[in-house]
Amino acid sequence: MSAARPDVTGIEAPVYLHYHFTAGTAPARFLARLREGLLSGQRCPRCGNVYIPARGSCPACGVPTTEEVLLPDRGTVQSFTIVHIPIPGNPIEPPYVVANIVLDGANISFIHLLSDCVNEAVRIGQRVQAVWRPPEEWDYAMDNIRHFRPLDEPDVPVERIGTLPVSGPGVPR
Amino acid sequence: MAEWAAVVGIGQTRYKTRRSDVSIAGLLREAVDRALADAGVGFDDIDAVVIGKAPDMFEGVVMPESYLADALGASGKPMLRVHTAGSVGGSTAIVAASHVQSGTFKRVLTVTYEKQSESNAMWALSTPQPFSVHLNAGAGGYFAPIIREYIRRTNAPEGVGIRVAVKDRRHGARNPLAHLQLPDITEQEVRDSMMLWDPLRFLEACPSSDGACAMVIAAADSISGNKPPAWIRGVAMRSEPTMYAGRDEVSPQAGRDCAADVYAQAGVMDPRRDFDCAEVYVPFSWYEPMWLENLGFAPPGEGWKLTLDGATSLDDGGDIPWNCSGGVLSSNPIGASGMIRFAEAARQVRGDAGAHQVENARLALGHAYGGGAQFFSMWVVGAHKN
Repeated sequence: MSAARPDVTGIEAPVYLHYHFTAGTAPARFLARLREGLLSGQRCPRCGNVYIPARGSCPACGVPTTEEVLLPDRGTVQSFTIVHIPIPGNPIEPPYVVANIVLDGANISFIHLLSDCVNEAVRIGQRVQAVWRPPEEWDYAMDNIRHFRPLDEPDVPVERIGTLPVSGPGVPR
Repeated sequence: MAEWAAVVGIGQTRYKTRRSDVSIAGLLREAVDRALADAGVGFDDIDAVVIGKAPDMFEGVVMPESYLADALGASGKPMLRVHTAGSVGGSTAIVAASHVQSGTFKRVLTVTYEKQSESNAMWALSTPQPFSVHLNAGAGGYFAPIIREYIRRTNAPEGVGIRVAVKDRRHGARNPLAHLQLPDITEQEVRDSMMLWDPLRFLEACPSSDGACAMVIAAADSISGNKPPAWIRGVAMRSEPTMYAGRDEVSPQAGRDCAADVYAQAGVMDPRRDFDCAEVYVPFSWYEPMWLENLGFAPPGEGWKLTLDGATSLDDGGDIPWNCSGGVLSSNPIGASGMIRFAEAARQVRGDAGAHQVENARLALGHAYGGGAQFFSMWVVGAHKN
């Protein structure tokens, strides 16, 4: 008995790419500090903005950045999304909050997981702090921070997000 | 601009989830053959070929232009590949046009494509970065926080995105080439669809499509075919860094500068008044009101009012219909999506847009953006040179 076989219109042919990442001076410094549990940025000598992770130059001014600025692990939610689908290659279970977080003293946001919170209560301007993995698990990776969690502090007014000093928002007027 | 150039041929495939009946080369050839027929020319009449697509990583075919040269009749001819992420379809058309405008060539064939069924764009856009956590949840995950900031800034009501999602699908139902054919879609259906990246729902996001779009661009002394040419009245590209302190991600400077440049070339003073329609890259519903503002069709903070008033809807008789073809929300072969905007703008001013034709369209805008909304390409096409 021979059943007609369906036409072959395609086959699966996975492609794997394994890269060796040459970090360069500024990201190497950032990653080395991260392994010590420190958050290190760089200040632009022209506009004064602080970038983290720094890439060794200011993308707006186009000049090299060398001055290191150590930043606290506290910051503010600039914006966020509640994701309801899984990320390819990441075991995290939806729904989860991915937030654009600006650390105090920095002028640029990065994305990280926001957890230990009610997803629906997350808001722009919310104060957050890093929850670190145990030091023995630290590597050259932002994953040393497990996630951020909300802080019991007043929200930062939108116009001040991304402009706070290293010392934080201070006493609200 | 030294020479006038015009679109004299347009060819598109039907956009679908899966075209397993053709290879990538076969898919492109389908669009190219239609464009050549539309222009009334053959491969011998083509001086050069300009091709574009989104990242090679999508389909895993590196430097696909080499493999595609034969299928595009490019052997022995100058051939150039363009890549500017999602805006590539627009940039490719502009590069092709510039080769005619400069007087270098008389007729250039240009084509863009994506075969998403053979690729995994979500994966390709979610690769881990060594200095960041691995939380890149595709393009929607990137744009959702920017949309949230737009909503906060403008106090736009929640239903605006839903309105765009319905409007563009109803437009798409007029276009037999559109991937999604949803003539009866309702706002409730969109509202009830699964939330993907809050505040974006499934039906507020573009589909994954296979497809290709091609055009023949010719110099003024080499116009051919039976249809009127679409004169290229202005072209512009701009880009900016993805991340810099103080960047306005909601209304990027590069987009505003690009629009100002292309409007000046075409003599457009007031885009809402001067254009008869626009094909604008809106892959996620909320990008319609956001680009209405960025492109100067509405004052800052008021783009959503045009959407809610029906100004951008062909079905509602709006004064400035956007995406009459159904837009990216109805068809998204990524690399081609920008060129489809440019080609559909040209179809309108040629009076050749079928059931989604805007009556008496004389001047139209084609727009594309890409990457983290840091690449922009735009052109203005007209039924006349001025």
